[in-house]
Amino acid sequence: MTQPFRLKRGGVCIDRTRPLTFTFDGRSYQGYAGDTLASALIANGVHLVGRSFKYHRPRGIVGLGVEEPNALMRVGTGTRAEPNVRATTAALVDGLVAQSQNRWPSLRFDVGRTADLLSRLLPAGFYYKTFMGPGKGWMIYEPFIRRAAGLGAPPDGVDPDIYDKRHAHADVLIAGGGLTGLAAAVAAGARGDRVILADDGAALGGAPFAGSDIIDGLPVADWVARAAERLAAMPNVRVLSRTTVAGAYDHGFAVLVEEVAGSVPRHRLWKVRSRRLVLATGAIERPLVFPGNDRPGIMLASAALGYVTRYAAAPGRRLVVATNNDSAHHTAIALKQAGLDVAAILDVRDSIEPARQAAAQQHGIPLYGGAALTRVYGSQRVTGVSWTARLGDGRLDCDCLCMSGGWTPTVHLHSQTRGTLRYDTAVHAFLPDQSIDNVRSVGACAGTFDIADAVAHGTAAGNNTTAPAPLRRAVAAEPINMAQAFQNDGRKSFVDFQNDVTAADVRLAAREGYRSVEHLKRYTTLGMGTDQGKLGGLNGLSLLAAELGSAPGAVGTTTFRPPYTPVPLGALIGRDQGEALQPSRYTALHDWHAAHGAVFGQSGAWVRPQFYRRAGESDLDAVNREVTAVRNNVGLVDVATLGKLDIQGPDAAELLDRLYTNGWKKLAVGRSRYGIMLREDGMVFDDGVTARLGDQHYVMSTTTGNAEAVFEHIELLLRTAWRHLRVFVTPVTEHWFAAALAGPNARRVLQRVVHDIDVSDAAIPHMSIRRGQVAGVPARIFRLSFSGELSYEINVRTTDARHLWERLVEAGRADRLTVYGTESMGVLRIEKGHVVIGREADGRTTPDDLGLGKLCATTKDFVGRRSLSLPALVEPGRKQLVGLVVEHAEDRLPVGAHVVAEGRAGPQPSLGFITSQAHSPTLGRPVALALVAAGRSRIGERLFAASPTASTSIPVTVTEPVFVDPEGKRLDA
Amino acid sequence: MLSITCPVCGPRDEDEFVFGGDASAARPADPHTLDDQAWTDFLYRRDNPAGAHEELWFHRFGCRRWLRVRRDTRTHAILAAPRLAEDSGTP
Amino acid sequence: MAQPYSLTALLRHAFSGHRTWPAAWRAPEPKAAYDVVIIGGGGHGLAAAYYLAKNHGITNVAVLEKGWIGGGNTARNTTIIRSNYQQDGNALFYEHSVKLWEGLSQDLNFNVMFSPRGMINLYHTPADRDAWVRRYNSMRLNGIDAAVLNTAEIAALVPDLDLAAGSRHPVLGGVIQRRAGVARHDAVAWGFARAADRRGVDIIQNCAVTGIIREGGRVVGVDTTRGRILAPKIASCVAGNSSRVAEMVGLRLPIESHLLQAMVTEPVKPFLDVVVSSGAHRVYVSQTDKGEVLIGGRLDGYNSYSQRGSLPVIEEIAAGAAALLPRLKRLRLMRSWAGLVDMTMDGSAIISRTPVEGFYFNGGWCYGGFKATPASGWCFAHLIATDGPHPLIERHRLDRFTSGHTINERGAGPSPHLH
Repeated sequence: MTQPFRLKRGGVCIDRTRPLTFTFDGRSYQGYAGDTLASALIANGVHLVGRSFKYHRPRGIVGLGVEEPNALMRVGTGTRAEPNVRATTAALVDGLVAQSQNRWPSLRFDVGRTADLLSRLLPAGFYYKTFMGPGKGWMIYEPFIRRAAGLGAPPDGVDPDIYDKRHAHADVLIAGGGLTGLAAAVAAGARGDRVILADDGAALGGAPFAGSDIIDGLPVADWVARAAERLAAMPNVRVLSRTTVAGAYDHGFAVLVEEVAGSVPRHRLWKVRSRRLVLATGAIERPLVFPGNDRPGIMLASAALGYVTRYAAAPGRRLVVATNNDSAHHTAIALKQAGLDVAAILDVRDSIEPARQAAAQQHGIPLYGGAALTRVYGSQRVTGVSWTARLGDGRLDCDCLCMSGGWTPTVHLHSQTRGTLRYDTAVHAFLPDQSIDNVRSVGACAGTFDIADAVAHGTAAGNNTTAPAPLRRAVAAEPINMAQAFQNDGRKSFVDFQNDVTAADVRLAAREGYRSVEHLKRYTTLGMGTDQGKLGGLNGLSLLAAELGSAPGAVGTTTFRPPYTPVPLGALIGRDQGEALQPSRYTALHDWHAAHGAVFGQSGAWVRPQFYRRAGESDLDAVNREVTAVRNNVGLVDVATLGKLDIQGPDAAELLDRLYTNGWKKLAVGRSRYGIMLREDGMVFDDGVTARLGDQHYVMSTTTGNAEAVFEHIELLLRTAWRHLRVFVTPVTEHWFAAALAGPNARRVLQRVVHDIDVSDAAIPHMSIRRGQVAGVPARIFRLSFSGELSYEINVRTTDARHLWERLVEAGRADRLTVYGTESMGVLRIEKGHVVIGREADGRTTPDDLGLGKLCATTKDFVGRRSLSLPALVEPGRKQLVGLVVEHAEDRLPVGAHVVAEGRAGPQPSLGFITSQAHSPTLGRPVALALVAAGRSRIGERLFAASPTASTSIPVTVTEPVFVDPEGKRLDA
Repeated sequence: MLSITCPVCGPRDEDEFVFGGDASAARPADPHTLDDQAWTDFLYRRDNPAGAHEELWFHRFGCRRWLRVRRDTRTHAILAAPRLAEDSGTP
Repeated sequence: MAQPYSLTALLRHAFSGHRTWPAAWRAPEPKAAYDVVIIGGGGHGLAAAYYLAKNHGITNVAVLEKGWIGGGNTARNTTIIRSNYQQDGNALFYEHSVKLWEGLSQDLNFNVMFSPRGMINLYHTPADRDAWVRRYNSMRLNGIDAAVLNTAEIAALVPDLDLAAGSRHPVLGGVIQRRAGVARHDAVAWGFARAADRRGVDIIQNCAVTGIIREGGRVVGVDTTRGRILAPKIASCVAGNSSRVAEMVGLRLPIESHLLQAMVTEPVKPFLDVVVSSGAHRVYVSQTDKGEVLIGGRLDGYNSYSQRGSLPVIEEIAAGAAALLPRLKRLRLMRSWAGLVDMTMDGSAIISRTPVEGFYFNGGWCYGGFKATPASGWCFAHLIATDGPHPLIERHRLDRFTSGHTINERGAGPSPHLH
């Protein structure tokens, strides 16, 4: 017979016309559409579902929803298998494959259970007291501990599923679709607010209620259905089911995680900004703490009722209800009314209201007052309980024990929004105290447990009006029964089921001085499991307080931080994978480069050709060929990534004067100048050539990497310290394409594509600019040089990039023009000793360190100048830029080398380090630029470029940091 | 996720902006008149208040303007409507 | 005298049901005066107290903690221990710390679970490679263990790492410090507290300092929520709140308070035995002994005292971590938190005397606070006891921000949010 524990009728969530098949640990079962994995297991009489973290004790389903600590399973197969899935929230789908975790070889027989037998040796924090040595003590034991810990196996391979993100705005975001949340949504929706109602369940309605509960004259189920209908009819209301408000952040921002049942995407992360946040997150029932309270078949009373009313799944044939509060009396009666055999109510309280006594009697449920559970029978499933009570001890057989230790309001989101908490001695839990603006907690999460009150408060919250005074006081609970919890006859009373923290552990922690609730948590691991203490947190705190003889409110509560329930990383990632993770930038000529053998490299966000490989060439061959072509003939390179700022206004020259270390006021129209900019701390920040286009018009070029930073730097100064300067700066990097034509034959090639511009040396001398037509399109020609050769940088509109480039390539064909990439450009500039920001100028170098002290004017202020005279910046021994030439031409410089005095292995002082290096085809050997302590005084010295990690040490000679044409004659070739 | 109301663009999420630091550290008009202590006070030392903090934000993925924002560093509450940097404080 | 922790002690107590373990540290009432008052009962303050007692014989010491010990950044970090620093001042200091970590459990008689499982820093571009290899070469020249790994060697250590050439930031290689590792962060505070307590130090919790009393330009004591406590030497170890305590003696610091976020996933069986870090993805990942995958990221990017992080950083951390280790994508984020870090203007810490006689300052640890704990305490104790800096922290003076002798680890300039 299938589903032996499925009741004949009822079950508002299930569809009996749609039976589903699933497997658990290889065995096949049946359930119905609408079941959770947990309800389907219960309907099949399966209670043993997992093993605990530390002691590997057999565990059953305890809860109904997100609070579940035990029923964690591996669900799915292959790359879709997911560990630690809560069976209580996993929707049952046809063919679902679930496996228990943290057991070997099987769930019923788990070798790890030996830990339980040794548990006397393994109290809380046992590992702090031993495994210390000798030698690598901990490293010997740690692997065993690691293997024993962990829950499920990690996922396999790459998750193939798709996740999405969505932004939304609302007037009101309501967290929780129970009665309170529904009332709030209906009220807010009716007054025209844009409402988002998020509920983590598959169906609205919240906590399970007895069939006999009535609101507004309707049975609860009908009231919920009517509210849902009304909301569905409101276009301004969005109801999100299976959606958890995982985090509440600043300024009305919240993060919702929607589980999209059996569909694409798998999860959707909602980012909601709302004007008001209504928290109707309800409460979670607490377990009782008594010896053996972790036996499969023992569950929360409300969960037992929920399985019955929602899924028609009977948690047992014969139930006993143990409680310290009135709510479980209602639950017991509701279970009885649903047709279950409720053998007894065991109430720890000595005095029970006559009304409760009468009700129990009326429904034929024996009630025992002052009853403390002493023993649980059964090993892998409860078979009975015994207790001591005022009127004598007792024992009953049962296969399900329903427990209620009171209710803990779910104040997580309130706390996340910086709301404060106060301990309430009636509910024995923390309640919201002060809320921040626009956040309001209503219903059970605010301690309002009465249905009519909660609905009224929800309505008021929806209307944004003051709540009416409650009609009835909150459900009172007794504190946890300490005597019961601390009984120690070898049986453990669990406080945190998942992490196997017992009442004795809490007592031990208190005794050892771990007296703050945070210490307790960290010492015992209480509340550190996947349920994050939703069940055990408050009980632990009460036990700690009792042990210390203080009030529970006095030992404090832990701060709740996002997420409320664990969030799939996939949902946080969404589509931000691969290229979308950090988008690349490409120049307008990317396709051309790709079609012509470019080997691309990443420089910052940009993808640029490093060099162009021809058939049979090695990387070095290609670079050597390109460099040689530029030195001896002519080359063409895409330099569109350099930053460009258009600067206009009467005070443009003044601005440049303040930004750059050198003077700008005498620069003539049509001329350009190289400048370096410093940070205010005196370190080199950026460099580039700026040209004067007109009387009040300049164009500045920045390094590729700093294009944005330089703009922001200038803007900040112009908008704060220098706001009287009349000048505008506009970033135009993307508007211009730039190609540099370099080499002794550059002019000849350029001449073929210009008609209205005289490109003779006299007409465009070095460091000048002309405007006109190049290849028939408007262009700017900058005569400047990074390579040290005669060179022109031609700028055209980005839309003309390909036209210009192809015309230049065509024009150069007769001269065997060579296109070259960044790697070759790097070799050329290293040979010339030109510094690069980020390499030689690494944020710790002053202009003088780089040999650029002569560029620092002494007659004006500029950013960073004041710092240049700080003692540390002028003291001898600073690292200075020098050149290094390897002694033996066949030697190769290792990467990341330091400069040292001695050519031996082992520690020795570093004198400095190589910043850039290249094989110089011009010199026929490797050269490098380096920052070396007092480097300029070491010119001619023999030192070593050492890479201890590569066991390499290469003799080098210190030189001036320029290897080719130190006089700059080639610029005027 | 802060919501910063840009005077040009309206309320926008924090990830459109970049932080620019303490706005109260005004650049001295004549740095060369300061001794090392006074200069490095400007350069390096901050009040770092737990509470109201005058700070600069750049709307990098919006209007590309610098804003001056008064924000509580304990609660992240924005205490006054942000203004363009040039429209606030003394130059 | 309390008995030492050992397997034997554990066995003995097992027979008495663990009912007679003594408190790990006392809960004394504050005395009227001490030789030294340390403000801040985090790892650094407790370590300083321990080494004052152990190395210098100064035991009339109080550690004042406004909340519970180890509740600040000691409780909110990613537990990484390493000495792979570039700047000499930092490298040797952190190396001393690693050496102390190696013997710490036995020294304290408290298992801090230092686990030198190795840390790999991946590089993704040639420029990245040059910088990392240079840094690791510098470590070797300083006598610190360091090695360069090729992708095959990395794959052997981290089989789950995405080494595909076509990934967004392909891994070119990496560097490893094999002696780097992790430790149990809370245990560090507790271990130092217990060991300091056993040497006579008073650890006073729930005792907030409300003012520092000065007479004639030097400190003479503190006012606290538990009364006035006199001491000729007051030492501040209050990461995250350094500016607030310094303000009590009229000091402005080169420090801003920022949020640094991290998160853990649900626990799973071990699959990652080393710490893996990637600059391109701005994350580092390890797996705790409980099985949680611990992922650290970057600063939120704006001054804050709130200990509440923002979502964009979490999204970025998740995306970066899963780009490195694709199987993480189907795990769930269980808990996230934000540490309140003192960011200095050069990215390096301060252990220093101050212009206020008798007031000693320890702070500005940026990302390096946890790993520094033992060496910080060691050197701070030396400074407090002798009034002269320990050779390892000669460069970590406060007045380096006046002379310009900054220790600029990242070269980012005086903008802490950019470090």
